[in-house]
Amino acid sequence: MRVWKDAEGNVLEAIPTFRLMDADGAAIDGMAEELIGEERALKMYKTMSLLPQLDQVCYSAQRQGRVSFWMTSYGEEAAIVGAAEALATDDEVFSQYREIGVLMHRGLGLDTCMNQVMGTTLDQGKGRQMPNHIGSRALHFHTVASPLATQIPHAAGAAYALKRTAGRENNVAACFFGEGAASEGDFHAGLNFASTLNCPVLWLARNNGFAISTASIDQYRGDGLAARGPGYGTLTIRVDGNDALAVLYAVSEAKRRSLEASRPVFLELMTYRVGHHSTSDDSGSYRPKSSVEEWTQTDNPIHRMRKYLISRGWWSDAEEADLVKTHRKDVLAAMNKAEKRHKPPLSVLFEDTWANPPPALQEQRADLKRLLEKYGEDYEPWKEALKKVDGGAKGIDYEPKDQELYGGGWP
Amino acid sequence: MYQQPPPAIGEAQGIALATDETTCVFGEDVAFGGVFRATAGLREQYGPERVFNTPISEQGIVGMAIGMAALGHTAIGEIQFADYTFPGIDQIINEASKFRYRSGGQFNAGKMTIRTPCQAVGHGAHYHSQSVEQFFMPIPGINVVMPRSPIQAKGLLLSAVRSPDPTVVMEPKILYRSSVEQVPVDDYTIPIGQADILRKGSDITLISWGAPLYSCMQAIDLLAGNGISESMEKHIPKELRNASVELIDLQSILPWDRETIVNSVKKTGRCVIVCEAPMTGNVGAEISAEIQKQAFLHLEAPIKRIAGLDTPFPHIGELFYKPDALRVLDGMMETLKY
Repeated sequence: MRVWKDAEGNVLEAIPTFRLMDADGAAIDGMAEELIGEERALKMYKTMSLLPQLDQVCYSAQRQGRVSFWMTSYGEEAAIVGAAEALATDDEVFSQYREIGVLMHRGLGLDTCMNQVMGTTLDQGKGRQMPNHIGSRALHFHTVASPLATQIPHAAGAAYALKRTAGRENNVAACFFGEGAASEGDFHAGLNFASTLNCPVLWLARNNGFAISTASIDQYRGDGLAARGPGYGTLTIRVDGNDALAVLYAVSEAKRRSLEASRPVFLELMTYRVGHHSTSDDSGSYRPKSSVEEWTQTDNPIHRMRKYLISRGWWSDAEEADLVKTHRKDVLAAMNKAEKRHKPPLSVLFEDTWANPPPALQEQRADLKRLLEKYGEDYEPWKEALKKVDGGAKGIDYEPKDQELYGGGWP
Repeated sequence: MYQQPPPAIGEAQGIALATDETTCVFGEDVAFGGVFRATAGLREQYGPERVFNTPISEQGIVGMAIGMAALGHTAIGEIQFADYTFPGIDQIINEASKFRYRSGGQFNAGKMTIRTPCQAVGHGAHYHSQSVEQFFMPIPGINVVMPRSPIQAKGLLLSAVRSPDPTVVMEPKILYRSSVEQVPVDDYTIPIGQADILRKGSDITLISWGAPLYSCMQAIDLLAGNGISESMEKHIPKELRNASVELIDLQSILPWDRETIVNSVKKTGRCVIVCEAPMTGNVGAEISAEIQKQAFLHLEAPIKRIAGLDTPFPHIGELFYKPDALRVLDGMMETLKY
C-alpha cells in the first residue's frame, strides 16, 4: 500500500498506481502481451529511444550556441510515447511542451522537427516561436505555446466540437500538462467545463516531481493530482508513467470509456524529470545529483521497456546498437541540413496576425522596408542578420504565394 | 419592426445558429435567456447542445471558445459584464490573438466571438460600469467593436461571428433598454474597421463610441442653444451657436478607421474625443496621437480629450465621473474659441 502525508502529517492511503511491468521489465500481469503485442511494443520502443538521441543532440547544440533553446524529455519517454500509441493519429492533441515524442510517434520527420528548432524557411511555424514550440495541423497536434495550462480549456472546447462533428464521433481530445501547470486556474476551468459539458477529453497529467525548481511538496498538499479528479466528477486513474505498457493500456481504456460515456477521464502519469527543466536551467542547484542517478538507473522507462522486449525475444543487443547508431546519425543529419538553411523572409513578420493586415500594420511594413533600404547595408547588426534571412532586405516584399513556392515546405 | 438591442443581439445570434450548424452560444446564465435577455428563446429554438450555460469561469469561457474555434466551429461566448473579462484576458492576449501567427497559419481562433455588456448603467459602481476597450486595443490579432444602437449591434455582431479573426463585441448595456429603432429583420453585416459619420460638419470633429455618443448628441443640441434653460444662456456664446459639428462613431476600436477620422480633422481643424473610460491611457490617447501625426498642419486648436476620471468608477458620483453632455459642451466651446 502506497501512502501519503497530509498537511498535518497524518499518513493516509494513497490512490494506487497502476502498473503492468516491474522495474526489470517483467510483466506483472499476463494480459500485457495479448493486449500490446510485438508490433506495437517495438514501434513504441523505437520512438522512445529516439527521444534521448534527439535530446542529446539538441542539448549539446544549444550549449554550442547553434540553437537558442531546448527542453528534453529525459525520463518521461514512456509516459509520452505510451499515450501517443494509445491514441488514434487523428485524436486532437493539446500539449504543454515536453511532448514532442507524440509528434515523432505520429511520424513527424526529423527534418520538420529540426526546421522548427532552427527556425528555417521550411519551418511550418515560420520561425516565429521558440524551439520545442511545434505544431502540425496534418498530425492533429495543436501548436505549443509557452503560457502554462492555457491549453486545458482549449481541449475541453475541442472535445465538445468533436462530439458535434459528423464522422469524428470516435475521436477524443487529449491534453497533456505537468503537475506544476495543474496549479493554474485554467486547470480548474478546463476540468470543470469538461465534466459539466460532457466533453470526451483525456487529461494526461505528467507528474514528474518538479516544476522547474519547485518540488511537488511546494505545489500541492493533497494526494497528488489524481485525488482532484473525483472532485470534478471525473473518472480518474494513477498510472506508473515509467511503464510504457501500463500507460498504453490505461490510456486505451480511458479513451474507450471517455467515448462510451462522452465524459472526460483523468490520468495522472507518475514519472520523474531526469533532465534539467530546460537549457536555461541547472537542476543541480536545487536537487542532489544522486536522486537523478537513482531514477535513471533503477527506474528508467527505456531500460524497462528494453528488458521487456528482450524477455519476449523481440529485441537483441545487436539491434539495440544499430538503432542507437541510426537514430543518432539521422538526428545529426537533420540538424546539419536545417542549420544550412536560411531563416524565413522578413515578410513573415507581418503576416498571420490578422487574416488580412490592417492599414496600420501595412504602414509599419512599409516603414521597415524604408529603413532596410536606407540602412540595411550600413548598420552592422542588421547587415549581419540580413545575410541569414531568405531574400535579405528584399524578403520583406515576399507575398504568401512566393512562400508557398519556396522549397515547397510551406503547409 | 421596432427592436431594442437585446432582441437585435438575440436575432443576430439566431441567424448565426440558423446559418451555421457548428455555431454554439454559451456563457453564464445564457440558457434561460441571459441576465440582459440577449439570448432569450435561443435554447428553445436551437436546443441545449447549442445554447448552454457554463460554470462561472471567464477564463474557461474564452478558453473553451478558442478550442472550438481551433476545430473550425463557430463559438459565441458571453462574458456577463465587461468588468469580468479580466480573468479571461490571458486567454485573449496570449492565446486567441496569437493562435494564427504562432502556428504559421496552421491553426486559428477566428471563429471565436466574445460578447460582453460594458459601460455605465446609472448605478453599476466599480464592477458593473467599466469601459474596458482600452485594455483590448493593444492586442495585435483581435478585432474589438462597440455598437451604439440595435442596428449596429446586429450588423457588427454578425460581422464578428463571420470575421476570420477572433472578435470581442462590447455592448453598452445602458442601451439595451433605452435605444429603440427599426432593425432590418434580414441577415446583414456592418464592416469591422470602419467608423460611421453620424452627422456632417465643417467646424469641429467630435469623436466617441458606445453610450457617450448620446451625451455628444445632447451636447451638440446644447451648443446650438436648443432647449437650453435661461440660466445656461449666458454660458453659450451666440457666435458659437451656429458651429457646424461633425459627429463620428468610431465603432471599431481595433482595427480603427484612421482614414475617416484624420480626413475629418483635416477638414475641420478641431477635434474633441469623448471616452467613458478613465483618461490616462484610454483609446482617445491613441487616436489623438495619430491625428497629431497625420493632421499636424491642419490643427487650429489642441486636441481635446474628455473622459472618465482616473479613479475607479463610483456609485453615487456617476454623473460627475462620466463625460456628461455638459463636459462635452464645455470641451467643444473651449476648442472652438481657442
